[in-house]
Amino acid sequence: MKINSKPTRRSLFMKQWDLQSMVLPGIIFVFVFSYIPMYGVLMAFQQYDIFAGIWDSRWVGWTNFRLFFNAPEFFNVLRNTIAISFLKLLISFPAPIILALMLNEIRNMAFKRIIQTVSYLPYFLSWVIVSGFVVSLLSVDNGTVNILLAKLDLIEHPINFLSIPEYFWSILVSVNVWKEVGFASIVYLAAIAGVDPTLYEAASIDGASRFKQMYLVTLPCITPVIIIFMILAIGGILSAGFEDILLLASNPILREYSDVIDTYVYRVGIQNSRFSYATAVGLFKSIISVVLLLIANRVARRAGVSLW
Amino acid sequence: MRLSTGDKVFQTLIYASLVILGIVMFYPFWNSLVISFNEGRDTALGGVTIWPRAFTLENYNVVFKDTRLLNSFWISVMRTVIGTILSVFVTSLLAYGMSKRDLQLRNYYMIFFIVTMFFSGGLIPTFLLVRNLGLMNTFWVMIIPGLISVYHMIIFRTFFSALPDGLEESAKIDGCSNYGIFFRIVVPISGPIIATIGLFTAVGHWNDWFTGAIYISKDELLPIQTLLRQIMNSNIMTEMSSGNAIAMEHINRNRSITTKSLLMATMMVATIPIILTYPFLQKYFVKGVLIGSIKG
Repeated sequence: MKINSKPTRRSLFMKQWDLQSMVLPGIIFVFVFSYIPMYGVLMAFQQYDIFAGIWDSRWVGWTNFRLFFNAPEFFNVLRNTIAISFLKLLISFPAPIILALMLNEIRNMAFKRIIQTVSYLPYFLSWVIVSGFVVSLLSVDNGTVNILLAKLDLIEHPINFLSIPEYFWSILVSVNVWKEVGFASIVYLAAIAGVDPTLYEAASIDGASRFKQMYLVTLPCITPVIIIFMILAIGGILSAGFEDILLLASNPILREYSDVIDTYVYRVGIQNSRFSYATAVGLFKSIISVVLLLIANRVARRAGVSLW
Repeated sequence: MRLSTGDKVFQTLIYASLVILGIVMFYPFWNSLVISFNEGRDTALGGVTIWPRAFTLENYNVVFKDTRLLNSFWISVMRTVIGTILSVFVTSLLAYGMSKRDLQLRNYYMIFFIVTMFFSGGLIPTFLLVRNLGLMNTFWVMIIPGLISVYHMIIFRTFFSALPDGLEESAKIDGCSNYGIFFRIVVPISGPIIATIGLFTAVGHWNDWFTGAIYISKDELLPIQTLLRQIMNSNIMTEMSSGNAIAMEHINRNRSITTKSLLMATMMVATIPIILTYPFLQKYFVKGVLIGSIKG
């Protein structure tokens, strides 16, 4: 049997040369631009020398990792990464779910469409533009936020929000919610649309108020979708953000609260050309992320939902 | 349906929160648009919020005369058009192949692709690879490395797998090859999904500034978002003192224009093209997102 099945397989493969040739360019591209860099991760264990390349650079074992753990920035970087990720998980994650639940209660279709369209808008703006908006709105001289706070008699002097490190986390998370909430709600709206309408009828006959229907029917019905997105979010928990932080924290004063693993890698790696060290820091992050993803998925599988 | 008092309160609360949300979502964009149409010196006095106080087109006039900016705009247009077409083409072809259940080694390919969604070499190895390939400071660095998105491939594949088998079988009987079926039958009926992925890819290209920031140092190749970022950065660093070069030149000549008004006009020029495309494609992408997320 075994002797027979092998040639059959190969001839089948040759027979579908046209299908295989559709797939081949994709495989080559992904191999070159995703797998070769994965192999490049080895330089984390080297003293990488651009002229020697990865074959002939000197191996240094865990030195780069040790350097990172002992670096003066280590504590701040790790704290900021975890804190910002955690805040995003706590606030940016439920926000689109709440928005979708609210939109679902709207019966006036025109109103619903306007709100939806407006809430998608920020998703289409680049982070460069968004950071421009933020700088303008928060500026000391004539930023709308300062004007508003002054008119409400909440402040006496304008606040320079973007140069106070302690404010950075709140600003970052708020801007993230602003940019992503509308678009992220699409998925949950779709899940809600799939809920069996007879469940609502039954609930209202039993005397459930609209709020109770939302809480006791809609929410449980979309839980599987929520869990899947939760798993993905946990896998990315050490990716506190990159573009948003890099652009919003262009003022180095903020670094104590804004530096996260990814921006640190960018700074030491690209700007200071410490390639091996930066790769080691990046690898540290990837490994923890994959482990978190596996744990989250295993826990979720117990609840009957899983990514794979 | 009859609503109880509690329900009415609940509904009112939701309407009210959504109105506030709508304003918060739209205001930053609107405010910047207003400032871009307001005379710079007047803006500096403060209080320009929802309507221009001293309307002028002068800011845009200056922006459209700036050759460096126009050139960047053009680079962004080119990379968006070329990048989107190529990327959608290669990705959809790949996805079509992957959607065939009898494709040999299909499961192995799928694992090969999915691994890359969760683990990557990271910034530095990718940077060094791109450099070793000689892509630094070329137009193609903005197109080739990101040509294939595994996520988009999966969305396409889900859509293609759901097409009725009969369509393709009859074409096969008529002697059509897989390529023939793909171009003559599958592509024409896949409008919504092609529009969706096309829009996502185009938005990605138009808004990307980071590729330009790390791989491109030649001014004539900078995409508009990267240039804008450079202008803003020099603006922040020298705020109040000298301002950036482009702005200063005009400010010296024409006192009614300030760095801020100029920046706002530039930001609008870098935003409006993408905003204009999306209302036309909105009905598609909502459908497209659903295909990708629910079954994905």
